[in-house]
Amino acid sequence: MTVARLNLGYVPLVDSAPLIVAQELNFAADEGLSLNLLRQPSWAALRDLLALGHLDAAHMLAPMPTAMSLGLSGPAARIDALMVLSVNGTVIGVSNAMAAVMRNHGWPGGFGTPYDTVGPLLKALDGPLRVGVPFPYSMHRLLFEYWIAHTGQAQAADIRIITTPPPLMADAVAMGEIDVFCVGEPWGSVAVADDVGELVMPGAAIWAHAPEKVLAARHDWIEENTAAVGALMRAVARAAAWLDTPKNRPLAIEILARSAHLDLPHAALDHALMGRFATQFDAAPVDVPGFLRFHDRAANFPWRSQAAWIGAEIARLAGIDRDTAIAAAQRTMRPDCYRQHLGPIGVDMPGASAKIEGALTYPMAVASTRGEMILGPDAFFDGETFDFTLSE
Amino acid sequence: MDQSSNLTHHGPVTKNMKIAVIEPDPDRARDIIDALMEGGWTDVVVLGDVTGLARKLAALDPDLVLIDLANPSRDALEQVSVASDAQSRPVAMFVDRSDDEMTQAAVTAGLSAYVVGELQPERIKPVLQTAIARFQMMSQMRNELEAAKQALADRKTVDRAKGMIMRARGVSEEEAYALLRKTAMSQNRKVIDVAQALLTASDLLT
Repeated sequence: MTVARLNLGYVPLVDSAPLIVAQELNFAADEGLSLNLLRQPSWAALRDLLALGHLDAAHMLAPMPTAMSLGLSGPAARIDALMVLSVNGTVIGVSNAMAAVMRNHGWPGGFGTPYDTVGPLLKALDGPLRVGVPFPYSMHRLLFEYWIAHTGQAQAADIRIITTPPPLMADAVAMGEIDVFCVGEPWGSVAVADDVGELVMPGAAIWAHAPEKVLAARHDWIEENTAAVGALMRAVARAAAWLDTPKNRPLAIEILARSAHLDLPHAALDHALMGRFATQFDAAPVDVPGFLRFHDRAANFPWRSQAAWIGAEIARLAGIDRDTAIAAAQRTMRPDCYRQHLGPIGVDMPGASAKIEGALTYPMAVASTRGEMILGPDAFFDGETFDFTLSE
Repeated sequence: MDQSSNLTHHGPVTKNMKIAVIEPDPDRARDIIDALMEGGWTDVVVLGDVTGLARKLAALDPDLVLIDLANPSRDALEQVSVASDAQSRPVAMFVDRSDDEMTQAAVTAGLSAYVVGELQPERIKPVLQTAIARFQMMSQMRNELEAAKQALADRKTVDRAKGMIMRARGVSEEEAYALLRKTAMSQNRKVIDVAQALLTASDLLT
């Protein structure tokens, strides 16, 4: 079999696992692919290299293809999301100083609900609330801003978003540069282990099924490389399914810790992949079931409605036209590629490519090609639902 | 470079620009400053410590920010570039794709630049050309240094392997090396790989 070599960019986070597993467990080789995994020091570097053609495809923050396609982030480039790589998997935490003041305002500590947490958080303010996020166009930021806006407290809050590279997040907390951090694992747990911060919520408490990372590529490259796109998607989908098989998780931790790709110790991977978190230094860990999803509940399906939600939120934050942003966002999602390439290998396909986001408060069986699909929950904490079918 | 001829080419207004260089390595920072100074840009500030980057940049209010593509703090600059405050609004140079060749040259050299405000492209171009040239030189030097280090390390490995063969088989240094070479050729491997394998095996056995 001829082997095609693809240059794949990633940022060394736990949720880059599907790409690493695709290569290390030969899911890629089975498809005649060799993945040249290129670790990137920042999302901006990854973005520029993808836009300029130095990378074929990349592990990317879910809002980035939309932001790039709208010309809001780096070189304007038409970037598409072939599939979702992971759902949820982020945490929100506060500095120890904030946590102490929040306790004075009745915060009990530990993982709480968005409603119970927002009051003490905003009351603890003495000046602007400085919030560390990994990138301006990240799900972390969209979720945080949605949370504050939808508790009706946005007027009271002077929020300063401060982009901080995840590996430097704990340092920024320690040095008093930020009060709140929204970050992917293992960097939230690192802040706890360093005894500089406490975790207050998993990101999923705000939106129960938030697309976190996507597999992104240039629109033109996708059109011109159908065979490679199909092979890559099949390899990644199989890796994702392998990762979401509970009995494989300990082995996954082993593989990821040993591979040169992440350079993270065993303990740092444990929290996210086993869904067990200490929210405070020396506290007993608590279970967060389904903390990070790679495949189950149709996690990989690139719903146009998810992109629409991203487009609507970006429009609000960037002050641009909502309909334009939603339309551009929907174009970035490629359920057509997903159906074309993964249908033939028996991946269950939903009947529609858009859904009402936030409608499911519990898991629910839905119409699908194999009749095995269970979706949800995908509810927002405030019960809001988003039906974008009118704007399609 | 002759500064006066440079001024004649671009006019003195070109040089009136505040440039911030984000570079934690003092040697590299000095290199970049020297290149910019030679080009006639004298208002250059270096930020080595990256904590609170956005805050420090807002205080400095530079016209142009230069940063290594591989610097993990690049994302912190992204925030500055989407700040709602239009007065201090840097724009990634890559936004303007009209000069694709230069963008590619910058990326290949490992340079990224953020342009603040409404600077004219013709004012930015010479700065970037100077910076790109210097980044290319630095990355070439870095590659050469790494190659030299590797060559030295390889030689030590081969020397150790030779010594081991000499002791084990009671042969001369030339004969030991010939044996390494012969083995490498027959296995279609490099001498260094055979030497490394020998040392690894010997470490395991002793």
